Amino acid sequence: MAPPVNRRTSYSRKAQYSTFAAYVAGVLGVLGGGAVLASSVFGHSAFGWMHMVAADVQAPAARIGAQTRAGAGDALSVAGGFLTSGPENARLRREVALARTRAIETQAVVDENRRLKDQLHLLSDTPQALANAWLIASTASSTRRYATISAGGAQGVQSGMPVRTAQGLVGRVLEVGHMAARILLITDTESTVPVRRASDGTPAFINGKGDGTLQVRLLSLGLNPLKKGDVFVTSGAGGLYWPGTPMAQVVSLTHDGAIARPLSDPAASEMVTVQPAWEPTADPTLPPPTPDVPPPPPKKPKAPKSPKTGAADAKKHHP
Amino acid sequence: MIAEAAKKRRLLNGYSPILAYITPWAAIVLASCLPLWPVIASAPVIPPFGFLMLLAWRQLRPGLLPVWSGAILGLFDDLVSGQPMGSAITLWSATMLALDVIEARFPWRNFLTEWLVAALMIAAYVLLGLGIANAAMVNPAGGILLPLLVAPQIGLSVLVYPLVGRAVAAMDRWRLRRYRVVS
Repeated sequence: MAPPVNRRTSYSRKAQYSTFAAYVAGVLGVLGGGAVLASSVFGHSAFGWMHMVAADVQAPAARIGAQTRAGAGDALSVAGGFLTSGPENARLRREVALARTRAIETQAVVDENRRLKDQLHLLSDTPQALANAWLIASTASSTRRYATISAGGAQGVQSGMPVRTAQGLVGRVLEVGHMAARILLITDTESTVPVRRASDGTPAFINGKGDGTLQVRLLSLGLNPLKKGDVFVTSGAGGLYWPGTPMAQVVSLTHDGAIARPLSDPAASEMVTVQPAWEPTADPTLPPPTPDVPPPPPKKPKAPKSPKTGAADAKKHHP
Repeated sequence: MIAEAAKKRRLLNGYSPILAYITPWAAIVLASCLPLWPVIASAPVIPPFGFLMLLAWRQLRPGLLPVWSGAILGLFDDLVSGQPMGSAITLWSATMLALDVIEARFPWRNFLTEWLVAALMIAAYVLLGLGIANAAMVNPAGGILLPLLVAPQIGLSVLVYPLVGRAVAAMDRWRLRRYRVVS
């Protein structure tokens, strides 16, 4: 394409001014955007309400999308499956034969377990679900991992509530709109969840890595006791997440912890459950917290001595 | 005389002015919403379609989108993209200015140079977006791996860009389609 001969738009003053004004507006856009950015990065969630208005608007359309997502995902895996179908088929046949026997055994155990629990009048410690919702959208192009669910303030969802599926923890509610809420997935780089190893209670923290995996950081330093396949459940330390929610399984070890895979992959879950936030102090099985003792009233500062007496005191001490 | 002028105007303005000016804005807004749907992603893999669309419209029709349009469209993108508020406002405005400068510096252009410019813009946009999204990060876990995290997204975006350009060209033809019958 030929370059324009003259960069000047026209000899009309009006046209020149409007071009100039457009450039000024463009530069102001950069500066104003920078200001907004600084305030949203350093002053937290000043613009959350705008996000939630946007999420409320998208929610109806996205809900339809959520119901077709399973089909879309299948199409991709079908295409990939053509390459590996033969050996996969043989392996699956062997596995099914084994699993069928095991399923019957497990069913017997489950039945027995239920009967025993009924007998003991044990209550399940799983908290009541506050709301069930669809995962309707996620931020697929950004490095932050948020998702939107189809339940909001109208269903009683509040900020900070944990979100899980039957398989495990998905995240927690960050911002609440009227009929949609934005959740921070556990794979986000700013998500930190206190956990313990299911087998022996080794305490750790799990951070998201932003790429779908999780980083396990042990609380105690020293010899790394983790093994491949270890399962972590939430410990409930600090409140918010209910203790005992399955969360992640170790896939590889690092020198000071491990890389884990979430048990409940947000990409594979469609229905999620919002639970009320866990408050350790509201647990009836725990002893009540010590009542707040009001701090002793501050001592009245002594009346300042007059310089004369002060000088007299000083003289007294001096031999 | 008046009838003649009216006829001439109709001949020139066979297209709908509303459609002609709304289309690029609407296309970019819809493209911003595209990554929301229909997969729940556990890693950033989907190209930032809103940004690709902005680049493509700007390169196909310089001057159609005013310089300040980056701020308005960026504001909408921020609402849906999950980046901190203000990230796209800043980066998209800066992109519009940068493309103006590049156009003045290298007036001759062809497919390859446009693709190269777009590829550089995309890489810079995604990496800066990554830096912004994790600017306030207090989590030491992810550190060095993060730039590798977006490498597939950058590659995919660069490869997809010519297709977006094709889509924009089709929309451009549709936008200027004549729908009035000239008697």
